[in-house]
Amino acid sequence: MEKESLVKIAQLSCGSEYSGIQKEIQTAAEMVNAEIIFPDITIDEIKVVGEEFGLQVASPDLKLMMARAKELVDGKVNADAVLIATCFRCAEAALVRNEIRRYIHENSKLPVISYSFTERTTSGTLLTRLEALTTTARRRSLLSREHQEGLTAGIDSGSTTTKAVIMKDDKVVGTGWVPTVKVMESATDALERAMEEAGITRDDIQALGVTGYGRFLIGDEFKADLIQEEITVNSKGAVYLADHQKGPATVIDIGGMDNKAISIQDGIPGIFTMGGICAGASGRFLEMTAKRLGVDITELGALAVKGMQEHVEMNSYCIVFGIQSLVNSLAKGSIPTDVAAAACYSVVEQVFEQQLQEVEVNEPLIMVGGSSLIEGVPMAMKNLLKIEVTVPPYSQYIGAVGAALLASGFIDK
Amino acid sequence: MVKVFIYPSNSLILSDLVDRFGHEPLAVMQEIGKKIRTASLDSPPVNITPEDPKIGLKYAAVEVPSGVRGRMSLLGHLLEEAQAAILVREPDISFGCMGCARTNELINFLVRSKKIPRLEMNYPVTEDEAKSFVHKIREFLEGLTTAESGNGGE
Repeated sequence: MEKESLVKIAQLSCGSEYSGIQKEIQTAAEMVNAEIIFPDITIDEIKVVGEEFGLQVASPDLKLMMARAKELVDGKVNADAVLIATCFRCAEAALVRNEIRRYIHENSKLPVISYSFTERTTSGTLLTRLEALTTTARRRSLLSREHQEGLTAGIDSGSTTTKAVIMKDDKVVGTGWVPTVKVMESATDALERAMEEAGITRDDIQALGVTGYGRFLIGDEFKADLIQEEITVNSKGAVYLADHQKGPATVIDIGGMDNKAISIQDGIPGIFTMGGICAGASGRFLEMTAKRLGVDITELGALAVKGMQEHVEMNSYCIVFGIQSLVNSLAKGSIPTDVAAAACYSVVEQVFEQQLQEVEVNEPLIMVGGSSLIEGVPMAMKNLLKIEVTVPPYSQYIGAVGAALLASGFIDK
Repeated sequence: MVKVFIYPSNSLILSDLVDRFGHEPLAVMQEIGKKIRTASLDSPPVNITPEDPKIGLKYAAVEVPSGVRGRMSLLGHLLEEAQAAILVREPDISFGCMGCARTNELINFLVRSKKIPRLEMNYPVTEDEAKSFVHKIREFLEGLTTAESGNGGE
């Protein structure tokens, strides 16, 4: 693959050095060929920014962040993207983080990502986020693609399952879905299944895009034309399959290991969050619930739709406590339909509390990923947010479809 | 000569004053300076590692943001060594500024909790106040002879 152009990321942060993670930020930036820059600010600018910005805070470093945000919006800084980062558990910093992110988003075209870190934050955790950020900055033309052309393949090597699709002339013509065991073998298996369904061979594929946790490994092995993180790919896949390529939209993907909430404008991710602190808010909890109820995961949704979540007290903030609630409720005589509904609602509630506070929820809300097929999950989301929720066709293949769609931009290259 | 903790801990002016009056200033520059010398002379303090916030757990619990604990890993032992302290309330940024208000609150509290001679003043905004400011610091420092116990707040 050709070397990507350098992207200048303006870092607006408080506490990253004293948390010992500045090196991690730099390392992650280098991995995506980005340069971290700190916009120059004078002391006088810091003194007045609280009044100008309308947010008076006590910490001088937070004032510095606001002053830098203002410089960026005023076009005084040569930057391609913005990283906003503050300490986890600092309320004052969370206020500033959210407000300057909104401010930059509304007043400039700079892509922004925000993150709250601890001393345990690693470059690996930051990599996917910075990859998405730099992609949005450097590949706007690629992201503007609205139709798939030629014959392309996409593979999504996820933490729990590996999905593959074959697309031809704007249509999905083959799919493959296998549990992820060994990354390479599972990817090969999924791709072969998709090719068999499409009636093609590897030689027929004009371009290949890969995404998901195993993307680097399978991308190298398959010599993929596009190796891309899930935020970008899922955004494109979601608006493509939901046939909503223009205007605002929100994409929610409750995955096996982490969740993504992405606020989109014209198919390009704007504000997004990736959660992954507790499995209680992930698809893994739903898998465990299905197992405990003695049903296949594909049957859990139908059960949940028939149940009343209000009848069961459940909070899956922690997967261990979530399973305890589940066991207790069954022991008290709760019926499986109510338990299934409560599990779906609990996962959705965690996504709402932990992630949807940080993105703008605009309609249509598009739910994707395997969990979107568990009918109780989109239903719970609809009930909680009081808005219509769309589950597009092939929603479980969203990453693979997005990868195949974007890969068609590499045909004839 | 006594070791004098100053606040803001990176104030060159306070550090200089303490030094001029024959005492040893306990300032953050010397700590950062130490670390910079171990890596590169003109580097920012990137030599702080994720281990430092853990050292800071001695002064602030784990639910306190990592940035506060990281700062405390540098400042904490200065506080422990301090035999007297000078605190300036609401200093101007150009006078000496520490980025995190929560750390500032904690440090001020820990200094006040320690039974050592302490001079606590508002940051001067007029010329007269500035003269008085320097005069009081001089008086305080000249009055320090041994590590007394007691409270010298204004």
